[in-house]
Amino acid sequence: MDLSILWYLVPSVIMFVAGVYGFVTRKNMIALLISLELMLNSADLNFVVFNRYLFPGSMEGMFFTLFAIAIAAAETAIAIAIIINIYRSVQNTDINVVNKMKF
Amino acid sequence: MDYSQFGAMLPELIILGVFLLVFLYDTFGCDCSKKFLTPFTTVLFGLATVAIWLIPSYDEYIFGGMYVNDTACQAMKAILNVGVFIVFLQSAKWTESDEVAIRKGEFYELILVTLFGMYLMISARHFLLFVIGLESASLPLAALVAFNKKHYESHEAAAKYILTAVFSSAILMMGLSFVYAFSGGSLYFSDICSNIVNGRGTGLLVVALAFVLAGIGFKLSLVPFHLWTADVYQGAPTAITSYLSVISKGAAAFAFFVIFAQAFGTLYSEVWEWMMYAVIIATITVGNLFAIRQRNMKRFMAFSSISQAGYIMLGVMAGGIGLASMMYYIFVYIVSNLGAFAVISSIENNSGKLSMDDYTGLHKTNPWLSFAMTLAMFSLAGIPPFAGFFSKILIFTAVTSTGSTALYMLVLVALINTIISLYYYLLVVKAIWITPGESAIANYRSACSERIALWLCVAGIIFFGIVPFIYEYCVKAVIG
Repeated sequence: MDLSILWYLVPSVIMFVAGVYGFVTRKNMIALLISLELMLNSADLNFVVFNRYLFPGSMEGMFFTLFAIAIAAAETAIAIAIIINIYRSVQNTDINVVNKMKF
Repeated sequence: MDYSQFGAMLPELIILGVFLLVFLYDTFGCDCSKKFLTPFTTVLFGLATVAIWLIPSYDEYIFGGMYVNDTACQAMKAILNVGVFIVFLQSAKWTESDEVAIRKGEFYELILVTLFGMYLMISARHFLLFVIGLESASLPLAALVAFNKKHYESHEAAAKYILTAVFSSAILMMGLSFVYAFSGGSLYFSDICSNIVNGRGTGLLVVALAFVLAGIGFKLSLVPFHLWTADVYQGAPTAITSYLSVISKGAAAFAFFVIFAQAFGTLYSEVWEWMMYAVIIATITVGNLFAIRQRNMKRFMAFSSISQAGYIMLGVMAGGIGLASMMYYIFVYIVSNLGAFAVISSIENNSGKLSMDDYTGLHKTNPWLSFAMTLAMFSLAGIPPFAGFFSKILIFTAVTSTGSTALYMLVLVALINTIISLYYYLLVVKAIWITPGESAIANYRSACSERIALWLCVAGIIFFGIVPFIYEYCVKAVIG
């Protein structure tokens, strides 16, 4: 069976929207990171699908995805380190605790 | 592969060289040599700055067109370098304090890495290289924001910064993937420019450009993507706050101009012109109105920098001459804002005071700091004959020279906002000179490096406007 491009694009958009929804509603910082990862991966999926279906002669989308995955890993590493620091100082990773600076 | 191409990216190689030398010195230097790390880095970086001002730029595309270092990019890099040099000078005392001294090598290395990323952002002519530059500029900054390990605020600021930064780069990448769908299979700015017109009139193209605008707008803290700014500026160490507010913003503004003029230039009037109107008006106005109620100086400078970003963005609407006046504006903004931050960080280092109320009667105890702060505030507000006046007038004339009525209205809104901004900038001056009361800050003598940084900033504020050389340099770099 030949899958049309929509079979990939719709799940990717759903993933992105789920990521945004999770980022806005979840209260745990690790859950926020998971939501961010969903958003980043949906962008990667888009690149791969556009490359495969629209421009099969070139590889730019694939290469962008490769680099984007590496960048996402670096982002997660730094974010986890910062969350661990916060956990050490307040024994919690709930974002309602991390709101001392407000106006 | 032709390795001689690397010769064309000389500014990056120089910064990489400085980074490696500092890294090796920090790692392998004996304990007795550690105390010379700060002067070593500052002098080395000063030499690199001079070198980048002097070396010629190669106006040719390398790596298949991914990278170019033309005169405009080179001039922008030289301007950023001056700013980083002043940041190094004003933070020298802070890096020697007990809490930071053991990690001061990391401070310099991370700043040099982010500067390297900003260079790539400025010179990139391909979206892959641009994204790599953007991320290597913003990820080490999160580590720098968290630099004050013993202060809780620093961690909170870092968490807010990294989460919003990743969120914005996810949105940027999503937008880029839609741009890629229209681009004919290439992410080069020039190919996108000629192919993206195929998507004319579709909603997807509007979404794509809005996402890209949002992604870069986060870096520039344009309204409505500004919510992280105040908290991050308040929680970060003051040296990092000053770095964030001028250098990071200047590089992002230049990259913003290049992307929207070169990759999306063909869609200006139909897709992103009205987005820019909305964003600029919102940025200038909201930044101003929120700055009025701030009492913490770092939060105050955060909202002031938001509204200044709106003025910088005006240059995007005016083409080549707009880029020249934008670069001039950024240079003047660097010296004025760093002048203010030099005073703030000097006072914070000596007495820990950060509130505007503590500045009452400062002129009795520290007249020179009061003098520098006053000049910086006058320049930021745009009072003649200081540099800020000339930078504002040049960017306004650049925008109105296009002759469109809508742009005249935009400049009118910006002018009205300049008057509002005068009010809150003068609040600081009033607290220092007029409000009666005893000063909470005792008289002290600031460190030698801080004084050099302050004198550099004051000289810039006074002479950049009167001496026409700087503006002519920017125009020559852009137009030739």
